[in-house]
Amino acid sequence: MYKVGVIGDRDSVIGFRAIGMAVYDTEDIELAGDYLRQMVRENYAVVFITEKLAEGNMNLIRELRNQKLPAVIPVPSITGSTGLGMKQVRESVRKAVGIDLFAESDSLQSQDTNNL
Amino acid sequence: MANRQVNPNRMELMRLKKQLVTARRGHKMLKDKRDELMRQFLDIVKANQVLRQRTEQLLAGANRDMVLARAVLDPAVLEAALMSGRENLSLDIDTKNIMSVKVPIFSAEFEMSGLRENLPYGMASTGGELDQAIIALKEALPVMIELAETEKTAQLLADEIEKTRRRVNSLEYVLIPELQATIRSITMKMDENERGNLTRLMKVKDMIVNQALEKARARDAAADVQ
Repeated sequence: MYKVGVIGDRDSVIGFRAIGMAVYDTEDIELAGDYLRQMVRENYAVVFITEKLAEGNMNLIRELRNQKLPAVIPVPSITGSTGLGMKQVRESVRKAVGIDLFAESDSLQSQDTNNL
Repeated sequence: MANRQVNPNRMELMRLKKQLVTARRGHKMLKDKRDELMRQFLDIVKANQVLRQRTEQLLAGANRDMVLARAVLDPAVLEAALMSGRENLSLDIDTKNIMSVKVPIFSAEFEMSGLRENLPYGMASTGGELDQAIIALKEALPVMIELAETEKTAQLLADEIEKTRRRVNSLEYVLIPELQATIRSITMKMDENERGNLTRLMKVKDMIVNQALEKARARDAAADVQ
């Protein structure tokens, strides 16, 4: 049996405790990374992490992406979604296809300007 | 195209031709694999997007409820109520094989019935707002688990597609042209040798004929003298 955990600031994640997840609350990005590493060792199957903390630990999350477990899933925090989760989906599309298939027109334009 | 240094002989030529056939077959197979992976990947990624949107909606709703609960309840009471739950959520993992990429399937036992009854705290000190928030989270949970499964699958497939694409390209643009170039250069070298050999033989034949003629003439001359 594998566990399900969640990392995030206290306000965002405390409710998950009531539905049986293991909750690690922190607002510190480095500490979140340490928790995440610890959870990898402890056979977690799914780790939900708030988008803000995910953004700070992107390197570690990228490394974990190609491993079978755990699935690290960014979720919006109590202050709302930053769009990081969707960005990640698009990133894997770009990785596979070579181009951003689902790019909306506005992000396409911003990409073009970035390239120029 | 840089040719490899090989001996231009038949043995080498046969070996290279065989290698070229294998490379072509591998290339075709990898291309098929890539196309099929891509097809599956696009379906999964579409599902992934839908699930993510739903998860974000559900969580936004749950968070709203939670803010409400927080506003109504004493923080200490709230914390005590939530912390009394046990960490009892666990998953079983099955593995599915998509084009030899092993992807996980998560299955958890949810008690979707009795949402209301299975709250982990007493009713005395907490209000309905908290119940609402927890129920919203419980409803979000299956979607979240499904999202985790789909997103992980998409990531693993993306990785495999990238690898396969690299292999296809390196076969198509490096190995196969290199083999073809080497085979061509060996064939040309061998043809050149062949022509060299032929002229040498013709030359030798000329010389032999000439010698024979000389000899015959000398014999005739001698016979005339007598």
